[in-house]
Amino acid sequence: MKFGQPSTLPRWAQLSILPVLNLMAALLVTGLVTWLIGENPLECLKLLIHGAFGYAEGIGYTLFYTTDFIFTGLAVAIAFHAGLFNIGGEGQSYIAGLGVTLVVLACDKFMPFWLLMPLCMLVAMIFGAAWAFIPGWLQAKRGSHIVVTTIMFNFISYSLMLYLISHQLIQAGSQNPASREFATNAWMPAMKDMGAAIGLNLPDTPLNASFFLAVLACVLFYLVVWHSRWGYELRTVGTNSAAARYAGINVTKVIIIAMCCSGAVAGLASINELLGSAHRLNVGFTNGIGFVGVAVALMGRNHPVGIFLSALLFGALTQGGLDLSFAKPLITTEMVLLIEGLVILFCGGLENLFEPFLAVLFRRRV
Amino acid sequence: MTDFAIELMGICKSFGAVAANRDVDMKVAKGSIHGIIGENGAGKSTLMSILYGYYHADAGVIRVNNRETRIRSSQEAIRLGIGMVHQHFMLVDTFTVLENIILGAEGGLILKHGLAKAREHLKQLNLEYGLEVDPDAVVGKLGVGLQQRVEILKALYRGADVLILDEPTAVLTPQEADHLFRILRALRNQGKTVILITHKLREVMDTTDNVTVMRGGQVVGNVRTCDVDKAVLADMMVGRKVNMKVDKQAREPGEVVLSVKDLKLVDARGVNLLKGLSFDVRAGEIVGVAGVAGNGQSELLEVLAGMTEATSGEVHYKGEDLVRRKYRQPKAAALRKMGIAHVPEDRSREGLVKTFPAYENAILGHQRDPAVCKGWFYRRRDLIKHASQLISQFDIRPDNPMLRAGLLSGGNQQKVVLAREIHANPDLFLVGQPTRGVDIGAIEFIHRRLVELRDEGKAILLVSVELEEIMALSDRILVMVGGEISGEVPGADATASALGLLMGGGDKH
Amino acid sequence: MDQFISLLDSTVRVSTPLVLAALAGLFSERSGVVDIGLEGKMLTSAFASATVAYLTGNPWMGLAAGMLAGTMLSMLHAFVSVTFNGNQLISGMAVNTIASGITPVLALAWFQQGGNTPQLPDSARFPELTLPFADALNRVPVIGEVYNNLIFGHCILVYITFGLILPLVTWVLYRSRFGLRLRAVGENPHAADTAGISVARVRYMALVCNGMLCGMAGTFLSVYQTGSFIKEMTAGKGFLALAALIFGKWRPFYAMLGCLLFAFSDAVQIRLEGVPLPLIGAIPSQFIEAIPYIMTVLLLAGFVGKSIPPKAIGEPFVKSR
Repeated sequence: MKFGQPSTLPRWAQLSILPVLNLMAALLVTGLVTWLIGENPLECLKLLIHGAFGYAEGIGYTLFYTTDFIFTGLAVAIAFHAGLFNIGGEGQSYIAGLGVTLVVLACDKFMPFWLLMPLCMLVAMIFGAAWAFIPGWLQAKRGSHIVVTTIMFNFISYSLMLYLISHQLIQAGSQNPASREFATNAWMPAMKDMGAAIGLNLPDTPLNASFFLAVLACVLFYLVVWHSRWGYELRTVGTNSAAARYAGINVTKVIIIAMCCSGAVAGLASINELLGSAHRLNVGFTNGIGFVGVAVALMGRNHPVGIFLSALLFGALTQGGLDLSFAKPLITTEMVLLIEGLVILFCGGLENLFEPFLAVLFRRRV
Repeated sequence: MTDFAIELMGICKSFGAVAANRDVDMKVAKGSIHGIIGENGAGKSTLMSILYGYYHADAGVIRVNNRETRIRSSQEAIRLGIGMVHQHFMLVDTFTVLENIILGAEGGLILKHGLAKAREHLKQLNLEYGLEVDPDAVVGKLGVGLQQRVEILKALYRGADVLILDEPTAVLTPQEADHLFRILRALRNQGKTVILITHKLREVMDTTDNVTVMRGGQVVGNVRTCDVDKAVLADMMVGRKVNMKVDKQAREPGEVVLSVKDLKLVDARGVNLLKGLSFDVRAGEIVGVAGVAGNGQSELLEVLAGMTEATSGEVHYKGEDLVRRKYRQPKAAALRKMGIAHVPEDRSREGLVKTFPAYENAILGHQRDPAVCKGWFYRRRDLIKHASQLISQFDIRPDNPMLRAGLLSGGNQQKVVLAREIHANPDLFLVGQPTRGVDIGAIEFIHRRLVELRDEGKAILLVSVELEEIMALSDRILVMVGGEISGEVPGADATASALGLLMGGGDKH
Repeated sequence: MDQFISLLDSTVRVSTPLVLAALAGLFSERSGVVDIGLEGKMLTSAFASATVAYLTGNPWMGLAAGMLAGTMLSMLHAFVSVTFNGNQLISGMAVNTIASGITPVLALAWFQQGGNTPQLPDSARFPELTLPFADALNRVPVIGEVYNNLIFGHCILVYITFGLILPLVTWVLYRSRFGLRLRAVGENPHAADTAGISVARVRYMALVCNGMLCGMAGTFLSVYQTGSFIKEMTAGKGFLALAALIFGKWRPFYAMLGCLLFAFSDAVQIRLEGVPLPLIGAIPSQFIEAIPYIMTVLLLAGFVGKSIPPKAIGEPFVKSR
């Protein structure tokens, strides 16, 4: 799968200027809509930025959301590098949550944290990979369109999880479709506690150690994709499958493994949500992070630095959007969804819309 | 006073720096079969594309039925009565014959009327020209010969008086080809004009009334078929170019490295691409495979390089039959490990990843080689150093290993591919079109390297449509036509005319 | 028997928007443009139609607004996919996300009802068709019930959909010039191009039809079924319609059967909730909910017959010269 038309701009411009321009376009349209409903766009923007970065608690929440988006963004990016559009991150994180919950419910009474946590991470990745494996296998071996199958798998996961949570895992005697609370040795250390341990007074937010895990994932992503043997084959398959065949690469195998890795990374988001924040499995905890991951990967051009910054942007939009919706009762949090959709449009569908204009500038310089 | 259906005067067309047509003059008499013959890159297809409205000529005049016109689109060409039967059929496989024929000329909103009208017309066309085909058959299920008939019917249905056929017999059996020519003669006898693009001398001699010979974008001659014979045409086709001299000492070839026996390849549609090839390649010799493109050479390379599975036959290499062997990894990778190198014909599509930097392209195909990478990760520094070495050895410019391969010139791209393959020190080289799109300086360099390799005792199979290249480099020359070897000529004795004759089908076709 | 009739009655009703959306997807995909944005278009038109129906008190004005909204989004998709040769899947996803974002924003701002539109009075919703002899036949067993509850008594949009739109679409696709060209463009755009047909124009036309049909689907949901726009009310129906389209092998009649099948399973699911069946026990409703999606995957995997999409689908058309 190739994006629109190939770009002629130098790589650094592709990675920095184009995404910024696309973001501006998205914000401009959103601003228009804001104005249409009778609010002042600039005022809303200020409130949004303040909500995201203006006070310590806000920053904490922003980074918490960012963590999710880093995972799902990296997941989508891995698949993109293999030329695949994995739109199933939502289902993959959701099912990974199931795996984590099963492990925790079985083991949290006796297993110590230092053993339980890595086990949970491993299981999250395995379950996420498993949910992505079937669509990947179907695409590689039977040519079934991966976008449609992953969409179907998302819906199947919603039904499956709803059933499991409300019938099997539900806490006895409760009306709330959620599991029982996890024991504290299954909790990811909160940033507040970690800060306290070294004398810092950090606000009480869901931000937890998963954030560092996400950053680590970015580093690993970079190393694997651009410096490892497998990453080389991955990128070759995604860029030029004819050359991949020439090079003796097993294209089928690469596609399937890429999807599994994608699902695995998406699965780690469940660690952040379930072990880092909610401390129980509840219905719909993924709440759209898989789809934000698509926007993040598109805007971040499938590069870990870009993904980190885009994830940060969307984390800010989510947190800022929440605060904005409190301050302005006429604006709902779905405003952020609108921006997300516009980002997907400009960074993905119309990604090189501004390129001709930029190309002229660059040509003049050279 | 001959009535001309088409007159082309002074047609020029360039793509960038390449002049595809230079000052082309051609007159096609009405009610005749006019052949256009030439090698690849001679400019035949470009010329016909201009006539059919795909391209616009840079200069020159087109006259149709004695009226000067501009043909700006295929719709205008159709309106002028010019119809084209493409080499790659423009048919909708899921439609019936009738539906394909009326597509674009449905004659109204409701299909029923158009279909009925076409059905009648088809019956008539069958009577007049012998173009028999079942109107309700689904095109995708028809054989290639019948599909071509549908293409012809499409053009005739739209009232084409001039029919252009581009290499029509490329995918036909001899019987189907004969039937096609019978149809073409019937068309001519009824007053239609047929332009036949081909490289097969027999077809020209048997079927055409007049011939235009093209070479290097220019017209070499406009003759009446009855005035010439195959040898004359072959001579005109390949011409007497400046001889590419490469310093080459005669050498005794060593033992047989590659032995191909009765190699056959049938594609998914049942077309015979390779019809039982048998030949050997020895150590220390260059075996050149000459022929006009599209006669199975590409397929031969793909089979030998492990990218396509042969249908039957044997390929012996180092004591093993590569066709029968079981592979635990992709075949291309296994063959590389066994010491077979492949310089692909389409280097920018297969041999390189254009968006990767040169140092990553330098390991394409060898990414799992322990010499390149110990363990799971590469050391970028080592890769860059390796690439720099290759760059200096092969004088690749610009000498920047970080540069994206797509930004290199054709010649330098080819050098990257060659450097990479040579570095692996294989025993057998499969080389396709090594100097296509490459500048003169790089061509000399590449030719010299190939001869050096041969002197070092490597076995080289060289496929090229450039006759000069084949003649300059090869110790032995095989000529392929229609998926078979039509003849073998020792390199020293080869003349352009003899090869041209063989390439045009020579004595057999 | 009563139950069964009422089941079929629900099925027909629930399947109507699915059929409309599936036919919309048919136009687009048969012309070679992948459309995963059916969901977003239905949602937006549901909002637009509910809003206008509320403001004007007229459901037909609402329908017009819904169709306009759907067409606008289709045109966006067309611009990205056809004119700009962009990635069609991403474009479809953008449409869905934008729709999910913009509809509650506008709804909340304009109506302050938590992202919904106000409930429409009955006069602003589509009338149901009851026919003469309804009372007389009511007393006849079986036939009377079938007559009254199953065949008649539906919203007028249902009749329009099954009686007019479906046959019309089928006819257009297979017996009209536009349909022939549409199918050609979806299978081999180069062949259409050399035959003098403008591939871009055909695709744009197809997407206009797509937008209008999605508009009808969305209108049915909000103006008729619920009587207002509710946030995220499409709840995956657009994807169900896509699944039905694939299930129906991109053919109108079979796509409709797929929609009926999925709607039937939806209706069954509600009624089977908690009811124990012989041998199996109570089937969880979520399982039945998931059946359409599982079936589509099986179909795509080639385990339940082959479902072959139009050959040129998803590929931006670039002239080969």
